[in-house]
Amino acid sequence: MAKRIDVKDLDIYYGKFKAVEGVTMTVEPRSVTAFIGPSGCGKSTVLRTLNRMHEVIPGGHVDGKVLLDDQDLYAPNMDPVAVRRMIGMVFQRPNPFPTMSIRDNVAAGLKLNGMKNKKQLDEVVEKSLKGANLWNEVKDRLDKPGAGLSGGQQQRLCIARAIAVSPQVLLMDEPCSALDPISTLAIEDLIHELKDKYTVVIVTHNMQQAARVADNTAFFNLAATGKPGKLVEMNTTQKMFNNPDEKATEDYISGRFG
Amino acid sequence: MSSSITGVSAADTAPHGEDPKSALEGDRASTGRLGDRLFGGAATGAGLTVIALVVLIGVFLLSQAIPSLMKNEVNFLTSREWVPSGDHPRFGIALMAWTTVISSILAMLIAVPLGVGVALFITQYAPPWLSRPAATIIDLLAAVPSIVYGLWGLQIAGRYFNPVGNFVTDHLGWLPLFKAGGTPQNTIAFISLVLAIMILPIVTALSREVFAQTPGPHKEGALALGATKWEMIRTAVLPFGKPGVISAAMLALGRALGETVAVMILLSALAPGSPWSWSIFNGGETFASKIASAAAEFDSPQKTGAYIAAGLVLFILTFIVNAIARIVIERRKAFSE
Repeated sequence: MAKRIDVKDLDIYYGKFKAVEGVTMTVEPRSVTAFIGPSGCGKSTVLRTLNRMHEVIPGGHVDGKVLLDDQDLYAPNMDPVAVRRMIGMVFQRPNPFPTMSIRDNVAAGLKLNGMKNKKQLDEVVEKSLKGANLWNEVKDRLDKPGAGLSGGQQQRLCIARAIAVSPQVLLMDEPCSALDPISTLAIEDLIHELKDKYTVVIVTHNMQQAARVADNTAFFNLAATGKPGKLVEMNTTQKMFNNPDEKATEDYISGRFG
Repeated sequence: MSSSITGVSAADTAPHGEDPKSALEGDRASTGRLGDRLFGGAATGAGLTVIALVVLIGVFLLSQAIPSLMKNEVNFLTSREWVPSGDHPRFGIALMAWTTVISSILAMLIAVPLGVGVALFITQYAPPWLSRPAATIIDLLAAVPSIVYGLWGLQIAGRYFNPVGNFVTDHLGWLPLFKAGGTPQNTIAFISLVLAIMILPIVTALSREVFAQTPGPHKEGALALGATKWEMIRTAVLPFGKPGVISAAMLALGRALGETVAVMILLSALAPGSPWSWSIFNGGETFASKIASAAAEFDSPQKTGAYIAAGLVLFILTFIVNAIARIVIERRKAFSE
């Protein structure tokens, strides 16, 4: 269920503007990889290229390769829709579909895949909500609107929605930045459990969070003001926070800039 | 009203779990200063004026209609006769009600799916250089006076509709709904088409507005699940826009029900005593067109009252349509943030 991602010489553009340059990295399966870096350095942009979501923005395109276990996600015959079915995503602000019930929110992706059997759907809904540590809180009100939950519950609902379709990889774009500390803790606990089954990549502004949840950490920064962002260093989280190879990483992590 | 058109409300921007009303609408929000009192008074006055106007219109219609209705010798709701003057007035609205309702419903059946389709194209599919001018043109079309549509139908479109209408009646005439009646361009079928074209811009303009407001995160959520563009529209855009589309459809229906001048110059009236027909390839008169064409000949209060009674039915009909729309929207409210 979990696959490795290899990024090779990736340049990312919005129209003619080059946002990120020359990223080469490997994301290990069944692990949590954190992307950190100052605002505007392109870490979210890199994350969004991993499931081709940045192409949703007009003019977004890339140069380079992203391999999912040797399968080129940007091959000409590769359908972005198929890529997004393999690589799920959770966003900064919880975005459950407001017109759907909790059950339908979780089942939304399965229905897109053509699953109709109600019993089967109910099973996956239960399994996904349990997987997102939300089942006990919502099992008695599955038919209530998803938008009626608290922010933290909504975010776990979105995680349940993403894992319901059994993706290979789960991308999270600052999933806790709109949440209170208790809800953040719940999500972090969940991330620990998720890595047993999935490859998880998380963008975070919170370095303590990266230190708590990630096995590996990648630090992004702008080459200079107005220049594209780049990957400065990627190592185990342990090494990144104790004795990083790059001076810039140490400066950022120790709070000397950014 | 704006909340029902767009499907969003001020509550959307407020943090979750807080009731936005309690924060803003307490008595203590009013300071009692001169400007506050002036504006508050003016707003209250304007609101009361509208309510008073509606009540007065209702009272006027009723007071004029009741004396005539008392003298009526047949059932006002079910009779097809229309002889409102003389010592033994006999008048009923059955024919007008049928013509009005069927032509408006047909117009809706054509215009709403088409309008929603155009709105989706403009907001979701068209490139920016096309969507902006297209939206402007649609808005302009909504402002074209109905007499223009009437003339166009009479002089141009009707000619092309005749062969189509004849083809339908020749081949499907065995169905009561398509039984051949008069010249196709003077029938209910043709005015339904003209009405549909007339209300299409209304449906399109309002639907476009709500579809364009679909929050980006909802659309991204669907796309990230591996939805194709159409699936994204089905899971995110259409549910979000539904209350707005219903409102748009009801506004359009209101216009179709009350449309006067185009119907009057296109639709041929039936001869008194013609047999009842379910066919849409038949002439007839709507409430509005019948009242308008007779307006020059209101010579007695009794005759006038009969027409006003018919107008009252139209008034109630539009009222019911709006009420139904409101109920439909309210019922889904919990699911639209």
